[in-house]
Amino acid sequence: MSAADWIGRSHERVGARDRVTGALRYTADLSFDAALHVKLVHLGAARLAIKAIDRRKALEVPGVACVLAADDLPTPMPRYGPAFADRPILATGETKFFGEPVAAVVAATKDAAEAAAALVDVQAEPLPAVLSVEQALDPQSPLVQEPALRPGDALANTNVLREWTFGWGDTAAASAHLVIEHEYRFPMVTHFAIEPHVFIAAPDGNGVTIWTPTQHPFVLQRVIAAALKWPIARVRIVAPDPGGGFGGKGWPKFEPLLAVLALRLGRPVRLVLTLEETFQNARRTSARIHARTGFDKDGRIVSQELNTDFLIGAYADIGVRVVSKASYAACGPYRTPNAKVTARALLSHTTPSTAFRGFGTPQASWAVESQLTEAAGVLGIDPVEIRRRNLPRKGEAFIPNDTPADGDWSAALASAERAIDWHAPLAKNRGRGIALGLKSSSTASASLAIVRLHYDGSVSVMSGTSDMGQGARTVLAQIAGKELGVSPDRVVMTMGDTSIVPYDSSTSASRSTVFMGNAVIKACAHIRRQLHTVAARALGVVESRIEVAAGEVRTPDGVLSYAEVMQAGFGPPRGEIIGIGEERGGGYIPTHPLGGRPEFWEFMCTAVEVEVDPETGMVDVTRIVLASDVGKALNPQQVEAQDEGAAVMGVGHSIMEELILDGTGRIVNLGAMDYRIPTIQDIPRQLHSVLIQNEDGPGPYGAKGAGEGGILGIAGAIGAAVNQAAGVAMRELPLTPERIWRAIQSARAEFG
Amino acid sequence: MSTANVPVRMQVNGRSLDLEIPPQHTLLDVLRDTVRLTGTKECCSEGECGACTVLVNGQAVCSCLVLGVEMDGQQITTIEGLASEGRLDPLQEAFVSTGAVQCGFCIPGMIMAARALLSAKPKPTRAEVQEALVGNLCRCGGYSRILDAVLLVADSHR
Repeated sequence: MSAADWIGRSHERVGARDRVTGALRYTADLSFDAALHVKLVHLGAARLAIKAIDRRKALEVPGVACVLAADDLPTPMPRYGPAFADRPILATGETKFFGEPVAAVVAATKDAAEAAAALVDVQAEPLPAVLSVEQALDPQSPLVQEPALRPGDALANTNVLREWTFGWGDTAAASAHLVIEHEYRFPMVTHFAIEPHVFIAAPDGNGVTIWTPTQHPFVLQRVIAAALKWPIARVRIVAPDPGGGFGGKGWPKFEPLLAVLALRLGRPVRLVLTLEETFQNARRTSARIHARTGFDKDGRIVSQELNTDFLIGAYADIGVRVVSKASYAACGPYRTPNAKVTARALLSHTTPSTAFRGFGTPQASWAVESQLTEAAGVLGIDPVEIRRRNLPRKGEAFIPNDTPADGDWSAALASAERAIDWHAPLAKNRGRGIALGLKSSSTASASLAIVRLHYDGSVSVMSGTSDMGQGARTVLAQIAGKELGVSPDRVVMTMGDTSIVPYDSSTSASRSTVFMGNAVIKACAHIRRQLHTVAARALGVVESRIEVAAGEVRTPDGVLSYAEVMQAGFGPPRGEIIGIGEERGGGYIPTHPLGGRPEFWEFMCTAVEVEVDPETGMVDVTRIVLASDVGKALNPQQVEAQDEGAAVMGVGHSIMEELILDGTGRIVNLGAMDYRIPTIQDIPRQLHSVLIQNEDGPGPYGAKGAGEGGILGIAGAIGAAVNQAAGVAMRELPLTPERIWRAIQSARAEFG
Repeated sequence: MSTANVPVRMQVNGRSLDLEIPPQHTLLDVLRDTVRLTGTKECCSEGECGACTVLVNGQAVCSCLVLGVEMDGQQITTIEGLASEGRLDPLQEAFVSTGAVQCGFCIPGMIMAARALLSAKPKPTRAEVQEALVGNLCRCGGYSRILDAVLLVADSHR
């Protein structure tokens, strides 16, 4: 492959061969001499008062090095978190959610740690727990967080962690021909990355090193430094490629605990969570959304009011940002002249909710898209047409004073309409549905990249992005190869070690191709400028007569390779050229509700076809078509695979997935046996991704971000299709056979 | 805890190994912690996700569901043993070329389950591939490329 072919081709995934041979080392595959094993001790309900912890029996197990509990830690208990420092290193006084550890056992072997953990005797008494939106809002309910944790906060004596009102125009004054008003529910679901969470920590000189498959190594570095009250420079994070992230591996979990243990014991310590423990430590924010949308007689939206109540967990994690960011753009990709969104982040005694692919948008989209579908039905307008009528044109501001519509969204809608044969007749018990999704991308954030041109002309790219399967290594290598005109086998990617790679805000919000990609382009330009200077000086030629392009340095006297230029310029002492690139996008805007405008909008149109068995309520999703506006697909195969994967993941929350709690807050369906995600038998016969590419994005070669789009609107599309197939309007996810069957039965009873 | 280790002789990827293993350790534990072959992955530890699938005498087995001591005298193939003489198995090549690999954590188990299927039935139908791989969970992709990869290899037998 020549360097000219780098972009827009489905270059083989960097690291794919190591993944099919078992050679890739994920974090749990790393081996450390003299490492000790950690097992957490947790209890059987969400909220329990811890009365006494008896460790004597556990300490008698051969090989046990320590059993750490809250009373071994400083008072007040050190707390940490990315948004608020509210999470204790170990539960203190009472547990706040099912699975919150009350002690940590450290032993020479996994077996000893497990045996000893089972012998830690915890005396605990049940306390009433807050487990739902309704309970969180009930003034009679207990407070999840002690008000003292939130000094000066007017809401400290409530379970509302934060509330916001967004909007424009005047919804009260708007007069509508038709008003649709309902409440919609979105369940708690878990990420279920196939790699469970794993944390390893070791003392390192006067610092500490942590190995964990995190998406955001620099967030973790900052949080660990804050928790230990250390300078950032003494904390090193190594992030091997995650075995799936989806947001669940973004924000700190047990790394502070592991750091404390490693420093106390002076040894490496490792904690590999079970899948069940992983369920207990990360989930999507569930939501109750009350939506009221006014339409004119032609189906144009005249106003929309949304009350978005998101049930976050016991600690803020990044859940608080999920609520504000998703609610701000909750009205979707429509021209909504009057809008009012009232959003609340509600604390509860449940698993701390965190980022999860789509970052709150699938929840809002479920409500808003269901409203449009219902209005179309009432007004006798085709569901595609009602959306077309409300879509802004490219360049049109649909949220005042914010990034305007930045793509040809109508083209994507039309593509999906065609690809799913929208107007073809349907067999009995079949239905089609269509829904749009729009997600605010990364706002104020920063990506830095270092590119090194070695003495022989080969290239190293150093980036803080994590490759969790989205293929960042491949795309960034493609960009560096293109910019420097270097062939693929001469570019090596280095990622995930804060002692080597420069700062990056996060691997989230579909931002890496745009932000890190631009940073790599700038770093490569920096290298080309230096090559220019080195060549001019070494050859005694004025710089204006030298051109660096397509992997060559062209001079009046001929063409030189990069290696020849460096040999001429540096001589026997040798050297290398280092390029630095930094991308900050539009930057921080203090007056903006989100701290900055989205760099681009991630837009997706999802169309599905389903078959519903009216006797069982079973839904079979038979076709899924996805049409996204990606600007430019740098690696089409990877973009399509992201879209497909996101859609099938969304089939999960649409029809099968839900974490079920009992009255004590215990997760009843804990583990792979009882919590079902889509299998290879659940996929549609047709799963097809259409990419709209007008090269109009802010990223490299006109790219926008991709990867989350497929999950944004899938529930709304499936809900609409089920409605058409079975004649029932569903408002609570997931659309399980039982829920659909009951709806069909009650519709039959009502209409005979 | 005090139980003595048990001597076990097993063939792993064609190599005969004499091991001393704790009787409660699963084959997965033995492969990862004793033999130090970490290509086989651990996820659910209850036979529901398929990430730990290996071949035992050519059959696909969740290595978390069998004990190491049961493997005395058995032939085990892990993902590390699939390539021969430096050449990848056609399934490994097909998983790369179809874009079936994303994070990759499910892939070793997925490929071993597919290998067991194709060895027993070189030309399976789409539905037969789905049935053989229903116990192997993937969370990154939409499974369609995995299906494509297996059918690509099956088609080459047609």
